[in-house]
Amino acid sequence: MENLDKVIITASGALAVVLTYWFFLMKRGREVAVSNTVDITVNGGYSPEIISIPRGKTTKINFLRTDPTDCLSEVVLGDFKIRKELPLNQRVTVELNPQKSGEFPYSCGMGMYHGKIVVK
Amino acid sequence: MFQIKGMHCASCVMVIEHALKNTPGVSEANVNLATETAAVSFDPKEVDEQKISSAVSNVGYQAMITEENKTSDETGNEKRKELKKLKRKVFFSLSLGALILWGTFPGLTNFAPGFLKNFWVQFILAAPVQFWAGFSFYRATISALRHRTANMDTLIAIGTSAAFSYSLAVLLFPMVFQGLGIEAMPYFDVSALVIGLILLGRYFEARAKLGTSEAIKKLIGLQAKTARVVKDGKEVDLPIDQVVVGMVIRVRPGEKIPVDGEILGGESSIDESMVTGESIPVDKTSGDTVIGSTINKTGTFTYNATKVGSETMLAQIIKLVQEAQGSKAPIQRLADLISAYFVPVVIMLAIATFVIWFDFGPTPAFLFALLNSVAVLIIACPCAMGLATPTAIMVGTGKGAEHGILIKDAASLETAHKIRTVVFDKTGTLTVGKPVVTDVVSASGILSDRRSSTLRSKTSSLRLKEESKDYILKLAASLEKGSEHSLAEAIVQKAEEEKVKLEKVEKFKAIPGHGVEGFIGKQKVVLGNMRLMEKEKIDISLTRGPLARLEGEGKTVMMLASDGKLVGLIAVMDTVKETAREGIEVLRKMKIEVVMITGDNQRTAQAIAGQLGIDRVLAEVLPDQKEAEVRKLQQDGRVVAMVGDGINDAPALAAADVGIAMGTGTDVAIEAADITLINKDLRSVAAAVNLSKKTMRTIKLNLFWAFGYNVVLIPVAMGALYPFFGLLLSPIFASAAMALSSISVVSNSLLLKRVRV
Repeated sequence: MENLDKVIITASGALAVVLTYWFFLMKRGREVAVSNTVDITVNGGYSPEIISIPRGKTTKINFLRTDPTDCLSEVVLGDFKIRKELPLNQRVTVELNPQKSGEFPYSCGMGMYHGKIVVK
Repeated sequence: MFQIKGMHCASCVMVIEHALKNTPGVSEANVNLATETAAVSFDPKEVDEQKISSAVSNVGYQAMITEENKTSDETGNEKRKELKKLKRKVFFSLSLGALILWGTFPGLTNFAPGFLKNFWVQFILAAPVQFWAGFSFYRATISALRHRTANMDTLIAIGTSAAFSYSLAVLLFPMVFQGLGIEAMPYFDVSALVIGLILLGRYFEARAKLGTSEAIKKLIGLQAKTARVVKDGKEVDLPIDQVVVGMVIRVRPGEKIPVDGEILGGESSIDESMVTGESIPVDKTSGDTVIGSTINKTGTFTYNATKVGSETMLAQIIKLVQEAQGSKAPIQRLADLISAYFVPVVIMLAIATFVIWFDFGPTPAFLFALLNSVAVLIIACPCAMGLATPTAIMVGTGKGAEHGILIKDAASLETAHKIRTVVFDKTGTLTVGKPVVTDVVSASGILSDRRSSTLRSKTSSLRLKEESKDYILKLAASLEKGSEHSLAEAIVQKAEEEKVKLEKVEKFKAIPGHGVEGFIGKQKVVLGNMRLMEKEKIDISLTRGPLARLEGEGKTVMMLASDGKLVGLIAVMDTVKETAREGIEVLRKMKIEVVMITGDNQRTAQAIAGQLGIDRVLAEVLPDQKEAEVRKLQQDGRVVAMVGDGINDAPALAAADVGIAMGTGTDVAIEAADITLINKDLRSVAAAVNLSKKTMRTIKLNLFWAFGYNVVLIPVAMGALYPFFGLLLSPIFASAAMALSSISVVSNSLLLKRVRV
């Protein structure tokens, strides 16, 4: 009986590890193509998480934080030298005019939540 | 995104959406009744926010378009309110947690009132902590899970929920646990105290974090609120945002200068320390520029506003510091990479801990498995890693700005600590950049300063005695009138002082790195350095003696030739900046090689270098060769900084590992530089390197602590010490350690504020 418990717990544990890996580390975000402006809702992460914007053109990104989690109170677009405070329920606009193509990750102030800007 | 006011029902949503979608230029409009917002996609060429706002107001609602422009005061107030709320939660949860602990902790429990030992009472005390004080953990976890992400809150929510649920199960079904050979003992103290301690950590962390952005707040706080504008002979106080370029402003003693401008009348001593870091007040009079937000000390003056709003020097400084604080240091990459995987990996480790203790642990295995896996979840601290670099960068760049050292980005701050060679441009950087003519020498010897009255009467003619000082000045100044070189200015000024009448020059040509040439009448006149004379095949053998003597005194000597024949020499000397010698000495003490780069010849350059204590000189370098010289130095594997101020320094500034521009320099140079010294103080080059060293030391210590903490304590929480010493980590101690971990990182960064720059 005791051994059976161990087998069940071990199997459940292995399954939980696999599920955790799949759930958190194997997600594939959907890329949203943006031309002029985009609204990103900040609530437990960024929606949309991945946006693609044109190179050499100004794109306005409006962040609206509706999640009071302190971690999300700042957004950092390091490659664009932008660190902005995101007051709760307040729109904060960031203007980008990228001159280089590529993938530029952004995150919250502590690097816990992530998003990506793809410049094409 | 617009905030919409006045909506009551779903039909309001339809009406507003319809109005928006019918507005030309709007491609998409989504109105949300719950959040009272409208998300609008539009083409800014066709429609602006004002028109969108009008479209909404036309159908009876109000669209707020300015809600994002809250002042820093308002944001600060909000933060303070949040902190107050957090403080209440900390007090509440720690008090209730302590009461539960009193009723359960061996030893303490003997002195506890009977009701505290009652498990139901403990449950009643723990429940509000779990679901009211700890609500934020659940809310953050749920919204993160929707995005398939996990963070600190996820770990705390899972950990404390496990302890709380287990305790509740023990309370409700004690017989089941007793049947399994486990003592029916709840752990409400763990769930309540862990939440209390984590919240306490957050409270201190949030307070400390407010301090990291203090420099920016100070700079923003410097901005004047009003300006006394002189209009039609009357003085009117106008809000600062209504001041436009061209307005005349009066400033009285003790008042703040509202915007940048140029003094029209009056004189005063101005304290610019708050913006430039320059501690000594500067005397200013008509024609001098004044910087907005600096303090007028003594006199009253009127000035013309030349830069307002985002164009002022203060606004530019704020923008630069904000950009630097938003950039990421290369050293942060590893921490970023680890942070991205950290929380899921910790969850997996906690599961593994549970399984290992359940399968191989001593009795009661289930309890060991539960408490140890909860300890793993609680002790892991990704926040410390995330905070290690940015907090130090924020304090470091802010500290620099306070002392007139503007650092463009975190990468520059990081590179600056590795600088091994500093190359100084001579003119305008080490010297004041305002040379004066010291000697005029004829081809056959030095003429006295005393002018001959005979010569003065004939100045309009070229038939002057060939060897006279006036004749040499006349030719040289006539030629240099068309040049913008600082040496040219010195010669023209000398000619004006001597009241020498200038001649018309034709076919003027500036030859970069050589000099100038042109025709005065039918005479071909050339003025320049040795290189130019060689090019023109002019015999200079007669002047070798005086030439050597003048150059040995650190003077720049230009040779004047007319129709292929040497006429004379003009020696010009620039004053060395007051802070140059000390600045170089500090660098040398830091074992940093100091190099001077100049277009001057070797002898002049060596003389100046000798005065300043510079060992290595790169002389006779043409302006377009400076970049190549910097690259040559880099080839030796040394990290090279270039300090310059002129347009022609820009390529070298950009090529150097760290380009340092003097704040008095051209916009092009400042644009190309990584660091700008607005305090104009050459000692700040060493200060910038020092600041970089201190900041990097803080970052490394923070990262070492943050990584080390997790690498050491996660295995301890898993029970790695148990087989050897029988040691296990209680979840309560784990939460205390976790709280201390991020506080220590932020506090360590704040220590940078005490660094002497």
